[in-house]
Amino acid sequence: MSTEYNGYVTEETIEGTEDGPLAGKTVAIKDNISTEGVPTTCGSAMLEGYVPPYDATVVSRVKEAGGTIPGKTNMDEFGMGTTNETSAFGSVENPAAEGHVPGGSSGGSAAVVAAGDADMALGSDTGGSVRCPAAFCGVVGIKPTYGLVSRYGLVAYANSLEQIGPLAPTVEEAAELLEVIAGPDEHDGTTRDATDHGTDYDFAAAADGDVDGLSIGVPTELVEGADEEVVETFWDAIDELEAQGASYHEVELPSVEHAVEAYYVIAMSEASSNLARFDGVRYGPSPDYEGNWNEEFAKVREEGFGPEVKRRVLLGTYALSAGYQDKYYKKAQDARAWVKQDFDEALSEADVLASPTMPVPPFELGESLDDPLKMYLADANTTPVNLANLPAISVPAGETSDGLPVGLQLVGPAFGEKTIIRAGSALA
Amino acid sequence: MAQAQERELAVVIGLEVHVQLETATKIFCGCSTEGSEEPNTRTCPVCLGLPGALPVLNEGAVEAAVKVGKAINADVPERTRFHRKNYYYPDLPKNFQITQYDAPICQDGELEFTVESQRRTVGIERAHLEEDPGSLQHKGGSIDTAEYTLVDYNRAGTPLLEIVTEPDFRAADEVRAFLAKLEEVLEYLGVFDPERDGSLRIDANLSVVEAGEVGDDGHIDDDILESANRTEVKNISSHKGAEKALAYEAQRQKNAIQRGRAVEQETRHWDESRGITVSMRSKEEEKDYRYFREADLPPLEVADWKERIDIPELPDARRERFREEYDLSDEAADKLTSTKQVADFFEDVASEFDANLAATWVADNLLGELNYRDMAITDVDHRLDEIKRLVELVATDEITAKNARETVLRDMLDDGTDPDTIAEEEGLGKTDEGAVQQAVEDAIEENPDAVEDYHAGEGGAINFLVGQVMQKTGGSADPGDVNQLLREELE
Repeated sequence: MSTEYNGYVTEETIEGTEDGPLAGKTVAIKDNISTEGVPTTCGSAMLEGYVPPYDATVVSRVKEAGGTIPGKTNMDEFGMGTTNETSAFGSVENPAAEGHVPGGSSGGSAAVVAAGDADMALGSDTGGSVRCPAAFCGVVGIKPTYGLVSRYGLVAYANSLEQIGPLAPTVEEAAELLEVIAGPDEHDGTTRDATDHGTDYDFAAAADGDVDGLSIGVPTELVEGADEEVVETFWDAIDELEAQGASYHEVELPSVEHAVEAYYVIAMSEASSNLARFDGVRYGPSPDYEGNWNEEFAKVREEGFGPEVKRRVLLGTYALSAGYQDKYYKKAQDARAWVKQDFDEALSEADVLASPTMPVPPFELGESLDDPLKMYLADANTTPVNLANLPAISVPAGETSDGLPVGLQLVGPAFGEKTIIRAGSALA
Repeated sequence: MAQAQERELAVVIGLEVHVQLETATKIFCGCSTEGSEEPNTRTCPVCLGLPGALPVLNEGAVEAAVKVGKAINADVPERTRFHRKNYYYPDLPKNFQITQYDAPICQDGELEFTVESQRRTVGIERAHLEEDPGSLQHKGGSIDTAEYTLVDYNRAGTPLLEIVTEPDFRAADEVRAFLAKLEEVLEYLGVFDPERDGSLRIDANLSVVEAGEVGDDGHIDDDILESANRTEVKNISSHKGAEKALAYEAQRQKNAIQRGRAVEQETRHWDESRGITVSMRSKEEEKDYRYFREADLPPLEVADWKERIDIPELPDARRERFREEYDLSDEAADKLTSTKQVADFFEDVASEFDANLAATWVADNLLGELNYRDMAITDVDHRLDEIKRLVELVATDEITAKNARETVLRDMLDDGTDPDTIAEEEGLGKTDEGAVQQAVEDAIEENPDAVEDYHAGEGGAINFLVGQVMQKTGGSADPGDVNQLLREELE
């Protein structure tokens, strides 16, 4: 039975083992995470009908942990969007805010959790794609440290930036799911073992709500530009944490004013390469074998990709081209290094950094589709975290006067998942 | 008239040699590198480039590359890393190739070789690792005319080492000698199988400059090289092919210049069957590969790999040692180090028997008979123990050297029988002394005329008698011994 808010692309139950920490739980999977024998479309017409012959590592781990997968969730095409409206399979309505978008790109994952149609879900976060929909739908979402969770089987959008992360109604449940999927994987050479970084995987146990003595840094740059009601809700949440024994001070992240630009240049560049394989030889609309293969490839890509994907592939190709690479791609890499350094400094004086997850409340459906720049700027608070490879959590902070969910983002040091889980669990 | 205008021209050649490295599994996944008749059976999500699959570096391929680096005296960096080379081609599963760009595994090496008895050294600018694409089968025509094309990904992901030389070659025969030497070294290192289809693929850059621009030491200024239009010749797959292709291309360019025409900067295809190079595309159409870092493969620390990884003794060093240790001629030492297997076999035989006997048997007898049959030692590598046994039969005087060489070895190679069986069936076991003595006495008794001639001082008589004895013993007696015995008996 299809959800009325269009949360799933494919509803097909995949049973896990009988025992395990997730036994009896349903875990919805974003449709860019490969499931053996079950279509994986990435929200794109290009992959309509593609059925992976293998499971992503996170899917194997969810199944082994006893989780049942109820289906594959709707998403922005190849993860490229902040509203879930670029999906080739239709937009998703926010179950927590009628007439509004659920956020993106993991909009379906957040929506099925918010609607109670799945106990938890997996999304992927390249520039905020787990945290944004978590914030917009009033649920919890975690973007892990780069390398904590295997990306094997995650269809790449921007592979140097993205991580698979959990969404759930509470911090503790999100942490339980993170515990299942985290840890090194021989199929992903970029995974790292948290125990080599002075910590362990007992994430759920860290959700004890104890923020006594917690030092919170608030980057002024990430609060200033936000919507007034979002800022109010944010400070209310900080007050609540303070009341529970935390303290806060303002910190500066001067580099973040360049973060959105740097993020989009890097993400689009990587995307232009990652999506090159979709040429019609093995995926996509059936080629008719007219003309040479180069023309054929172009025709397939013209038909199979939506406008946002084409925009990003074209801009990314441009940013990597001879004569422009130094001006764009290399500069963006410099900015990335600078953002990392700013975060390191800010986190040397605070346990976590707090900001609104999104500077705005959920858009109305259709509101931002014609203005990509507006959509890109909404990622101002989430993209810097991906550039810096750090962990972050979005927890519900409250609502605007119109009843629209507002999320609070907490950023921790590399492999500081337990710190942000503990802090976030004081609120949700 | 034309004679008066003839200019002295020199050829400049640089190579890009793609070598398939012998590893059990592919460079970024666990699939076997062994070929298969069945298309697309040596594949997995990684080498098929399926959405979501990730490359994981096979360190065995890096080790093989470091061995080559040691052999060509190259620098190995502290960290090596990978880039993506982006281009669309139907045999490329991801439409990008994972390769190395700014931190190749080997840099600044050199290789010494001999051409027409002259020692030459060619600089190796770099050698980098990359993945082989799949292969295309054009059905019903060539790449341009085929009705359709099939893709086989069995080869996709086979580790390649691309060896880029300096533009140090001045003639096509130098290229051939270099490639033969390179193959020899790679084989010695155990990182290369010349028998494998497509295991060596060569692209060559060739340009022609005024002979006066070449210094006495062969040096040519960079700006001269830059200003000369060059062609890139592709689709060369052997060192013999390289010599032919480049000799052709050098002549083609020289002819153009002599006739006052400019050489077009372009990529040309070597058509082996027609023995010519044909234009593929002009350089203006050259692609922008948009190289950038492959984030899926973290940089690999290889600072101590050169120290850590051992390589076997290389052919030049071994040749030198053979000359000294076994007191061999240059020619014998060359033959005995022609492949690692030959050299290993020689040393094995020499360790048990006399070194001279071993050298004669391996360098002359075995290689000679193999060569006559158009065979190589690799064709008899499972029978080396039998060949060693044959040497033993000679060393222990059980059969004569002549019989061993002319009958047993030839039969062994032609019929596949073992030496003991042949010796027995042919009755070649050396006759015992009593039987030889009896034959000597019989020969004297049966040939009084010859005996008389002998005593009269006729030199030919003794040879006649030796022949008689040899006949009686079926050739199994040693002619020298027989001669001696006859003389003793006749005195």
